[in-house]
Amino acid sequence: MRRGLPALVSLAVVTAVLIVLPFAIGDYQVGLAAQVGVFFIGVLGLNILTGYSGQISIGHGAFMAVGGYTTAIMSRDHHTNLVLTMLLAFAICFVLGLLLGLPALRLSGVYLALATFAFAVSVPLLPLQYSNFLGGSGGVQTSTTVDNTWLYTAAWASSAILFALAWLLLRGRIGRAFRAVRDGEIAAVASGISLPLYKTFAFGISAAYAGVAGSLFVLATNGFAQPSEFDVTLSLQLLVGAAVAGLGSLWGTLAGAAFIALLPQISTSVPFIGSAHGRDVVFGAAVVLVMLLLPQGFAGLLARLRPSGGA
Amino acid sequence: MASVESPRAQLGIRGGPLRAVLDPVAILLVAAAVALLVGSLRSPTFAELTVQGLGSGAVYGGLALALVLVYRATHVINFAQGELAMLTTYVAYQLMQWGLSYWEAFAATLAIALVLGSVLQVALIRPVQHRSVIAAVIVTVGLFILIDGVVNWVWGGDFKFMQEPFGTGSFDVGGVAIQHLYVGMLGVVLGCVLLVWALFRFTKLGLAMRAAALRPAAAALVGVRVEWMLTLGWGLAALLGAVAGLMAEPSQLFLSPSLMQQILVYAFAAAVLGGLESPAGAVVGGLLIGVFLTLIVGYVPAISSELQLPFAFALLLAILLVKPSGLFGKRQVQRV
Repeated sequence: MRRGLPALVSLAVVTAVLIVLPFAIGDYQVGLAAQVGVFFIGVLGLNILTGYSGQISIGHGAFMAVGGYTTAIMSRDHHTNLVLTMLLAFAICFVLGLLLGLPALRLSGVYLALATFAFAVSVPLLPLQYSNFLGGSGGVQTSTTVDNTWLYTAAWASSAILFALAWLLLRGRIGRAFRAVRDGEIAAVASGISLPLYKTFAFGISAAYAGVAGSLFVLATNGFAQPSEFDVTLSLQLLVGAAVAGLGSLWGTLAGAAFIALLPQISTSVPFIGSAHGRDVVFGAAVVLVMLLLPQGFAGLLARLRPSGGA
Repeated sequence: MASVESPRAQLGIRGGPLRAVLDPVAILLVAAAVALLVGSLRSPTFAELTVQGLGSGAVYGGLALALVLVYRATHVINFAQGELAMLTTYVAYQLMQWGLSYWEAFAATLAIALVLGSVLQVALIRPVQHRSVIAAVIVTVGLFILIDGVVNWVWGGDFKFMQEPFGTGSFDVGGVAIQHLYVGMLGVVLGCVLLVWALFRFTKLGLAMRAAALRPAAAALVGVRVEWMLTLGWGLAALLGAVAGLMAEPSQLFLSPSLMQQILVYAFAAAVLGGLESPAGAVVGGLLIGVFLTLIVGYVPAISSELQLPFAFALLLAILLVKPSGLFGKRQVQRV
């Protein structure tokens, strides 16, 4: 989201690669690339909240769950067009995000982190209780499933639209207000910025992004929305993705999304510990190592490599 | 922008005894205790649920105290605290498989936990914590995933069964059956908490640790080795977590890698309820949450055990809305 010629060149390169990519790789890899797209949206949304408005959330997996269940239920009960369900997921999660943003106004720092963490742990338990509507532990199945190419196109087309939306939002008045809130709430209020307005708006928009990511996430798992897919690990993964990405860089966000989408897949085939359980060992160790080596995330690394510019 | 408190508030000096009595929080707590006592005297079921709640509440409080110790020392919320407790419980299981008795394994596990917590702080937290708190928190998130993976990898995900530390009997107090288990849980956790409190309150080491957490620069000037005190804080937290894990296992009847995940949320709620900075608040918060949730699930049919956690979340939000810094927390004043 850095302005100027280099940013345009980056954007053009990424777009070109994404258009050519599905023709160059096999079907399985297209599926993986689509998953990167899904997490790109999620990390982008979390970045708006954490990176720009300075509010931490460990509950975005729960918003993904709401988005995913929206798609699954609308498709199961009304055979709604899947793209429409994604729009609906965006809208529902936006409202839900605004609502969760209201109590978040009173909380800051660690208290907000803990409240959103509790939200992330609570939401996946609701389908178990209200199993008639939400399908219990077996989950909800969409009426139609999609192939990897559809998924790839949908994921990256939404990524492009949402990236553009984020850029438009953050480049002007709203973006400046977010950063002012992040850097000093009292100073921001003194400059005439309404804290309740901007903080809840940041929560809403970021939750809406997570909702779209959740819709696509359900479609990527053969159209199955299951509570176990949306457990607290998903929220932690998104947070890790945002931390690996760092602040406000397209390349960083891509790196963060690829890190959380691909590493668990790759690490199942690591020698000695390569198994379903070894996966978590490798992923956890990688998270720790990346944080020890790159505390500012990938964007921080880029900023260090480039002597003149900063993020 | 830095948050500041008056030095008097930091040392825990409040108004005189009269103000302590008139404190609304204190009144609320006394009222809650009286209500529980009256209820227990009138109904045996109520009494059994209360004791059960106190037992599980002690576990929440123990883990919450571990979180608070780490938070006070390094301002990091350790998301891996529960998983660390789960790992040390597996260590105890392994020691018992090798032939140690329950209490031998218990003692050995506490020593191992102390070392493990300290080593983790030196190796993983110390390098990042000065650069960014967020980075340190993410490291603990990585540890959460890593420990979960290691335990699944080494011991497998199936249920393990450990010896019953307190047997399956119960006391008979005026017609009320009080299981040894819950009394034992409460006793062991509170005993360990008291020992840790005594360490902080009465020893020179504890004084140094408090100084290192409250005023690192000043403590360093008078010769306290601040870094090592923080390391020891992590070690003690891991030790308390191990106690909580070992006491949580018998009430869940089996050992599995997800032993502490829900308990961690209740411990978070307890720590927040207590104000995050207050060790006593964490323990009281844990007991309150344990009793409250057990009674709610026991008496309100609409709240099943699946809804227990979402309900705790709603409760947590409600408390934070009324008192954003917890029951025992002090208002933070910010300097711009």
